[in-house]
Amino acid sequence: MFGMRITRRGLWIACLIVPPVLVLALFTVYPIVTALGYAFFDWNGAAQGDFVFLQNFRDVLFREPFATWTRNAFLHNIVVFAVLMVVQNGIGFLIAYALWRNLPGARFHRVAVFLPVVLSTIIVGFVWKLFFNPLFGLVNQTLRAIGLDMLAQPWLGQSSTALGALILVNAWHWIGFPSLIYLAGMQRIPGEIMDAARMDRDSELSILRRIVWPLIAPSATIVFILTFIGSFNWFELPYIMAGVDGSPYGSTDVLGLYFYRTAFGNQSAGTQDFGHGSALAVITFLFIAVVAGFWTVHLRKREIEL
Amino acid sequence: MSVFKTLGIAAGAAAIAASMVPASASDLTFWSWRQEDKSQYEKYITMFEKDHPDTHIKFKAYEADNYATILSTALAGDQGPDLMMVRAYGAFESVAGPGYLMDLDSKIPALDTFPKAAIKAETLRSDGKVYAVPFASQTMLVMYNKAVFKKNGIEPPKTWDDLMADCKKLKQAGIYPFANGTATAWQNETIVFALGSSIMGKGFYDDLQAGKATFEDPRFVEALAKLDAVKKYFPNGFTGIDYPSSQQLFASGMAGMFAGGSFEIANFKQQNPKLDIGVFPAPPEKTGKDALVSVFYDGGYAANAKTEHPKEALEFLKFLASKKFGQAFANGLGNVSPVPGVQFKSPLLSRIADLNTTSIPYVMLVDFRYEKPSGSVVLQQQIQKMMAGKATPKEVGAKLTKDLATYYKPFQNQ
Repeated sequence: MFGMRITRRGLWIACLIVPPVLVLALFTVYPIVTALGYAFFDWNGAAQGDFVFLQNFRDVLFREPFATWTRNAFLHNIVVFAVLMVVQNGIGFLIAYALWRNLPGARFHRVAVFLPVVLSTIIVGFVWKLFFNPLFGLVNQTLRAIGLDMLAQPWLGQSSTALGALILVNAWHWIGFPSLIYLAGMQRIPGEIMDAARMDRDSELSILRRIVWPLIAPSATIVFILTFIGSFNWFELPYIMAGVDGSPYGSTDVLGLYFYRTAFGNQSAGTQDFGHGSALAVITFLFIAVVAGFWTVHLRKREIEL
Repeated sequence: MSVFKTLGIAAGAAAIAASMVPASASDLTFWSWRQEDKSQYEKYITMFEKDHPDTHIKFKAYEADNYATILSTALAGDQGPDLMMVRAYGAFESVAGPGYLMDLDSKIPALDTFPKAAIKAETLRSDGKVYAVPFASQTMLVMYNKAVFKKNGIEPPKTWDDLMADCKKLKQAGIYPFANGTATAWQNETIVFALGSSIMGKGFYDDLQAGKATFEDPRFVEALAKLDAVKKYFPNGFTGIDYPSSQQLFASGMAGMFAGGSFEIANFKQQNPKLDIGVFPAPPEKTGKDALVSVFYDGGYAANAKTEHPKEALEFLKFLASKKFGQAFANGLGNVSPVPGVQFKSPLLSRIADLNTTSIPYVMLVDFRYEKPSGSVVLQQQIQKMMAGKATPKEVGAKLTKDLATYYKPFQNQ
């Protein structure tokens, strides 16, 4: 290795790079690799049993009743992602646009919209759970007060409304985030471009579609990818509001809850099972990593094309 | 460089020296998930230390939900305590199975006098040996508000029809007959046995044990049908009422009855000290048939197989199996101790201990929480579904049998 001399600069760079790489290796790479290892074994409590190779993966994907649970949880994640893309990101975009155009009250709303984001998920979950209480909850009491008694219902107790209610709470909690990212993107658009567009007397809608949307493509990339990862890692809110079983009868079950109760057991129903739990974690991780990876590449290409 | 070297050697030497100093004659650690019982346990430890002045026991409680994970991780890494509380049945096996616990077979004579069902809860099925001293039983039954019953002129029901009549009266008086809701999954398992044990009957349980019946058995399905029928006396929107809300409904006197476990009583008293609680077993179809409660054991006290103080640990376990402790436990913590001969000061506790003599086990926990999917997981989901009107009792029984048949041999041929 000729010419490889330790220079002062090289040492400096190494000093900056090595610690974060170590931290990343220890707290991110190592756990992922261990989980992958765990997934190949049979477990007896916390004691590792026989090497079973792909048996755990086969079980969670194809053996009943695991297969049904896995499919059910995965479908719910897809629903969560789809609805959040439309509701959270769609309305977030409109809010950002309204704030950017400085509609009356924009200053106040810029703060108000972002306020829920700073609340912890625990607080949001508990408060909304109280709001949805069928007897004392704010939602039903409001409905009754305005004469809509027939609409008052046990929102979190019905298969038809529980997941929707959770998604709306999530959107309420996080809508400030896409708004903020979109707003930052819009504020970067040079004024000349907008002036030129207005001189051409384009309609507001066509400005939005042809000028604003393409120019904030980098913001959209960030928002879409984060929404995707967040939707498939969704755990805290359903855990707090629906419980680790995804009540009622699996209507709010998502991969995060399913993995957690499989691996660590459910104090009032089941036992620990690190093998199947790890298999689920690995499958979820691979799915998110692969899809997010490909999608990011695709969205980045789109940024340039537009 | 030499400075660092010296420092390093000094630090290493200090560490070795520290580890060589014996901590004192025998310091033992004792882990638990009962944070709320810490002061009581410290009293019991003082009781023990009076007779064993050379042994010191340090009680440490962890958050209940994560206790299993903390304990099994510590044991797997050889960092476990000398003494510990372990759960019963399947959750007990995940600690005892890998060989972390000291085998207590024929080491504690007092255990021979314990109820068989209590010993079964802490016995490893694979080797038939007992690994923990059982500490409390819990009973599934119906708790009622005595003042509310008196005010509405009703008595604890003797038969199912009585129960329905009582419910009707309470509802007409504007009181929720039952406080129960089904939004919290595990509550769906408790209501099945708190209300349905007598309809199932002992015969069903025996046949189930013998492999002669499945959950499609008409006796089990009938118990579910009864539960399905009584749900009209649950609060409006009960599918959305979670566990804390239903506890509040009962503790505040807004509801007349709570179908659940005897472990609720302490909490109700704490929320409302004036609450006068009575209990009754699940009502049978007609008079003359057994009125049953359903019973399980909460957990046990165990010693680490690798403890450095096996003798002292065993002494402490012997104390925990003694009548002296059982009595103090019943008086101090208000739980039904399985130690034979314990007298219950509280009339409510002594009534529950009486009811325990005509009981069936809390089936899913006792027999079907060893493998995946556990009977509890399937039952809880299916009852939630049935109570929401999306499944019939018959479908619930069929689904249970089918899912458990994936590993439970007696169901496979039926």
